[in-house]
Amino acid sequence: MTIHKRPLSPHLQIYRLPITGIISISHRISGVFLSAGLLFFVYMLLAIATGEQNFLAMQSLMSLWIIKLLSLGLIFSLFLHLTHGIRHLIWDIGKTLDKATLDKYALFELLTAVALSLLTFLFV
Amino acid sequence: MDSKSFLEKAGVFFTPSCPVLYWRLQRLTAVALTPLTLWLLVFLNKAIHAPYAEMVNWLAHPFNSLCATLWTAGVFYHTALGVQVVIEDYVSNIPLRHKAILWTNLAFLLLSIIALLSIFRIFLLG
Repeated sequence: MTIHKRPLSPHLQIYRLPITGIISISHRISGVFLSAGLLFFVYMLLAIATGEQNFLAMQSLMSLWIIKLLSLGLIFSLFLHLTHGIRHLIWDIGKTLDKATLDKYALFELLTAVALSLLTFLFV
Repeated sequence: MDSKSFLEKAGVFFTPSCPVLYWRLQRLTAVALTPLTLWLLVFLNKAIHAPYAEMVNWLAHPFNSLCATLWTAGVFYHTALGVQVVIEDYVSNIPLRHKAILWTNLAFLLLSIIALLSIFRIFLLG
């Protein structure tokens, strides 16, 4: 394949994004991160299905600090993806599309995701 | 059966036949997954902390088996659709793009089958 040396238009690393833009790209990044996180979900089910030995091994693996740190990131990603996902569904029915309230809702989503993550960390 | 055509068929398992269907399935799975998030959190909490017998009994309960099945089916469909768009946006080389979509779809298909078989086995264990 020949590589064309064409000029690129300014993109993610060039602009300082507004909060709506940050939320938008976070939705995508968290989605990709969560896709990889599905490996944990499948591993958990497989461990439960294949007996107590494997289940206990899974539990001790999950208690490693590096895995815990990853799970914190995954839980926050889950809530970030969830809140903005709901926002997309509201947009899809044609509501809250006016420019004046965009920043307000974006901040609300972000704070909700942080609050839900904190609640989860507190009770789990 | 020709193995290549089988793989290619499996690889487009999640790929909708038209863009409108794609849009609808992305939203349908999103709507279904939203309330199931609560179930997922309870499941994760149990998987990390509960003793084995309690975990199996909980998950083998028909309601939880059903939630697990719905969440698995919904989340893998939603994921396959989402990752496909990400690949389409960032992989500009067309043959490479198609290969990447094919292989990620195959991986998600395989993982979802493992998950569903596990859920069924746990249901029988309970």
